[in-house]
Amino acid sequence: MRDFILKRVAAIILPFICMYGFYVILHGHVSPGGSFAGGIIVGLSFIAFSTIYGIEKGRAKLPETVLIWTESYGTLWYGIMGMIGIIRGAPFLANKLAGVDLGVPGALSSGGLISLIGLGVGIRVASTMVTLYFTIMEEES
Amino acid sequence: MKIRNLLVLLVVLLAVYGALIAVAELPPYGMPDNPVHNQVSERYINEALDDTGIPNMVTSIVLDYRAYDTMFETIVLFTAALAVVITLKSSKREGNNN
Repeated sequence: MRDFILKRVAAIILPFICMYGFYVILHGHVSPGGSFAGGIIVGLSFIAFSTIYGIEKGRAKLPETVLIWTESYGTLWYGIMGMIGIIRGAPFLANKLAGVDLGVPGALSSGGLISLIGLGVGIRVASTMVTLYFTIMEEES
Repeated sequence: MKIRNLLVLLVVLLAVYGALIAVAELPPYGMPDNPVHNQVSERYINEALDDTGIPNMVTSIVLDYRAYDTMFETIVLFTAALAVVITLKSSKREGNNN
């Protein structure tokens, strides 16, 4: 828990793990992986940080207000992306039917709403993991 | 008691026998004319790139064809986190009152 080597190695590695999680989320539509897997990686980087540095420092990195916001508005973001279809005169959560520009297949900006929806789902999964961990650990302490 | 154990053993053996018969009736694994390879998977494989514009077929199914399913999956995650928070936080407050 209070090991010096572990703390230094974690300080070097954990930012890259978090960034890799966002990479997996944002490239979920052009590479293997996806928003659920990337969200788990982002959440696990924060969980590892609070395991190594203590729950108080982890709470300082991710305050409860941030967690409540991501927790509450991730699914709402998904719903807003779905409402774009209704505004354009197509069914709910329509992508190609709503006339969204799909772009070149394989590019990062391709897929229309899919990457935006995936970003919402990834943040949602990450915040759920971190919320569960913090709540259970604070209950035990 | 002894007779009841024998009856339980008989019922379990019958259930295992039925399950084994069902397994024996399954089509061979990986054959192209299996019932699972119907027009649905054929349509996904042929049309997914044109319909969604992304090369990852799994993501195109999860976030486009079955977007409703994924939306309510995130609501399931939300409900799970909500249940844990409500249960643990309220029990903590009661402990403080006592």
